[in-house]
Amino acid sequence: MLQKIRAFVIENYLFGEEGKLGNDDSFLETGIIDSTGVLELVRFLEATFAIKVSDEELIPDNLDSINKIVAFLHAKLPPQQPR
Amino acid sequence: MCGIAGSLHLDGASASQELLDQMIGAIRYRGPDDVGVYSHGPVGLAHARLSIIDLAGGHQPMSIAKGTLWITFNGEIFNYIELREDLIKKGHRFTSSSDTEVLLHLYQEEGERCVDRLNGQWAFAIWDLAKRKLFLSRDRFGVRPLYYTQTADSFLFASEIKALLACPEVGSAMDLAALDQIFTFWVIVPPRTAFRGIKQLPPGHSLVIQDNCITVKPYWKFDLTPQNQDGTASERRLAEELLTLLRDATEIRLRSDVPVGAYLSGGIDSTVITALAGKSVGDRLRTFSVGFEDSEFDESPYQREASAFLGTSHSHIRCCHLDIARVFSDVIWHTEQPVVRTAAAPLYLLSKLVHESGIKVVLSGEGADEMLGGYDIFKETKIRQFWGRQPESSWRPLLLKRLYPYMVNIQRQSLGYLKHFFHVTEQDLGSPFFSHLPRWGLTAKSKLFFSEATRAELASYNGIDDLRQELPEQYSSWPPFSRAEFLEASFLLPGYILSSQGDRMAMAHAVEGRYPFLDHRVVEFATKLPINLKMKVLDQKHLLKQAVKGLIPESIRTRHKQPYRAPDGKSFFNHKGSYVEDTLSPTRIKQDGIFDPRATGALLQKFRSGRETGVKDNMALIGILSTTLLIDRFVRERGRPNAPQFTTKVGLH
Repeated sequence: MLQKIRAFVIENYLFGEEGKLGNDDSFLETGIIDSTGVLELVRFLEATFAIKVSDEELIPDNLDSINKIVAFLHAKLPPQQPR
Repeated sequence: MCGIAGSLHLDGASASQELLDQMIGAIRYRGPDDVGVYSHGPVGLAHARLSIIDLAGGHQPMSIAKGTLWITFNGEIFNYIELREDLIKKGHRFTSSSDTEVLLHLYQEEGERCVDRLNGQWAFAIWDLAKRKLFLSRDRFGVRPLYYTQTADSFLFASEIKALLACPEVGSAMDLAALDQIFTFWVIVPPRTAFRGIKQLPPGHSLVIQDNCITVKPYWKFDLTPQNQDGTASERRLAEELLTLLRDATEIRLRSDVPVGAYLSGGIDSTVITALAGKSVGDRLRTFSVGFEDSEFDESPYQREASAFLGTSHSHIRCCHLDIARVFSDVIWHTEQPVVRTAAAPLYLLSKLVHESGIKVVLSGEGADEMLGGYDIFKETKIRQFWGRQPESSWRPLLLKRLYPYMVNIQRQSLGYLKHFFHVTEQDLGSPFFSHLPRWGLTAKSKLFFSEATRAELASYNGIDDLRQELPEQYSSWPPFSRAEFLEASFLLPGYILSSQGDRMAMAHAVEGRYPFLDHRVVEFATKLPINLKMKVLDQKHLLKQAVKGLIPESIRTRHKQPYRAPDGKSFFNHKGSYVEDTLSPTRIKQDGIFDPRATGALLQKFRSGRETGVKDNMALIGILSTTLLIDRFVRERGRPNAPQFTTKVGLH
C-alpha cells in the first residue's frame, strides 16, 4: 500500500524526482500538491483501494503525507480486506 | 500604429543605412503602409508605418526646425488637437495635421518634460541635432514597447527585440534570471528581457543619450497613497465623475482618419467602452470577439448579448484546441518571451480577423481590472488580510469559499485545504508581497523542471530582490490592497497583458489597440479612490458598476468577473500529430540544457495519458513549451529574413 501511494505521488507530483520526499513530509508544506492535486489524489485512492472519500474526510489531517494516507486507509478499510 | 528602430554610433562613425533597413525590415508587419529611414552622421532613425492619422502627411521619420529635430514615433497622442492649438498660439507653425508633428513642436517648446503633457500611448525617439541628444520615451503604462541594447560602438533601439537581433553583433542568448522570473511572477521585471544584454525601457521612463552618457529616468509614477478613505466622499458623485472621464477618454480615442472598431469580451469593461464609443460613432460600430469550443472558457452568449443590446455590427471567431496549438509557435515569435498561459493565441487569431475585416484600430477594455478593483487577487488579499487579523477565527476563513468561483478545483476543496492554499502566516503578513505570495509560490513550483545546470546557475539568484528594487519609496506605507494593485499595474499589465496579449498579438496583424481605461486621467482618478468604493466589501469594480447602470445589459453589469483565459495544456494533446512531442523530445530538451528531460518527459506523460492536470502542471507545460519555441525561433533559426507569413486559416461565423 505504502509503495503504491509513494509511486503515485512521485510520478504525479514530483515527476520522477523522488530524492527528498520522506513518508512523513507534508504535501502542503513542501508545496508539491495544489488544488487539483488533492482531487487527483482522492480519485487515485478511490480507484485503487475501492473506497469512497467523503467531503468531511477531505482534509489535510487525512491526506497530507504518505504516512497519513496509509493511516487513513487503515482506519477506513474493513479489517477483512487484504492490505 | 507603427514600428520604430534606430541607432546611434557612440564613436562618431556614420550610421549604417543597411543595418537600419534590416532592423525595420524585421518588424515591417507592424507598419505595412509605408517605410522610411533617416540617417545623418552617427544617428539613424527608421520607421514602418500603419497610417491612421493624416494618411497623406504623416510620413516618418519626420523633421521640423530645418532638419534639426527628427522623430521616429510609434503610437498615438490623443490630445494632439488641443496641444496643437496651444502651440499655434505660442507661434508654432504646422505643415501637416499629424500628431507626430505636434510631438516634435511640443518637444521644441518644452524639452524632455513634453511627455507630461501627453495623453496617449507612445514609444518614440527624437534626435536633437543642436544638442546632439537622442531622447527616447515610453508611455506611462507601457502600452507601446521599446527595447534597446549596446554593441561595441553603437546604441540600438527598436519596438521589438527581433529588430535588434537584425544586427549580427547582438547576441540572442537566453537570460536564465528572466526565465526564473517568468516561472515565478509570470512576467519579466524591466529593464530585463528574455535575452541577455537586451533591455526594455520601463513604462513611464525616458532615456537620454548625450555625450556618450546614457541616462534612464522616470517621468511618471503610480501614487497609491491612501486618500479620501474616511468615507465622506459621495459614491454617486464619484461614479458620475468616473463616467464623465471614461466618456472623454473613449471620445478622444476615436480620433482617427480610418474607422475604429472595438473588442467585445463579454465582460463589463469592453462592453462599457463599446457602449460609450457606439454613441459617438455615426455608423454602426464594428465589434469583434473570440469564443471557444471548450465551454469552460467560452463567453460567446455574453458577447452576443452585448452586441445585440448595443446594436453593433459584430464579427466572431470560434477557437478550438487545434487552433491554439497551430499558431502557438508564431505567437511566441511575436511575444518574444516565454509565457505560462496560451491566452495570447486566441487574441492573435482575433487580430487577424480584424485585419481581414479592413479595420486597423480597436478599442479594448484593458486596465479596468487593475485600477478599479476587478481582479480576484484583490479580493483574495482582502479576505486573507481580514482572516490574518484573527488567524484562529473559525468563520473568517470561510470567506475563502468566495474566491475564484469560476475555478472548479478551488470550489471543490474543503476548508482545511483552502486555508493552506491561501495561507496567512505571521511572516506572510509582514511581507511587502503579502498579496501575491500564494500565486508566486504556486507558480515557482514549476521550477522543479529546471535542469541541474539551470538550478546551479540560478543558485544565488532571487527574483524577489530584483522586484524589491523597483518598488517606490512609499510602497511600504500603502495598504496591502494598494500594494497588490501596484504589482498588477506595474508588472503584469505591461509585462504580459499589454505586451504578450496586447501590442504583440494585435501588431502581428497590423492592428492598433486603444485603451480608454488607461487614459492617465482615468488612472490618476482611480488611484485616489477609496479602496472600499473600488471593492465594496467583496463586490469587485463596485464604483464602475454603479457608474454604468443603464448603459450596458444588466446581466453583464452584475455577472461575476470571469478573467479571460484559454485552454492550456489540453490544446496540445487532444489531437493527433501534435508537434509538442518533437519540440519537447528528450533529445531537444537535453540539447537546450534548460529543463530536465526526465521530469519534462513525466509531465508530458501526465498530459498524454489524459489524467487530470492542475494549474501548476499547465503553467509548467506552457512555460517549458514556450521557452523551447523561443529558442527554436530566436536561437536555432536565427537569421530568418522575415517574420512568419500569415498562414493560419480563420473561420468567420
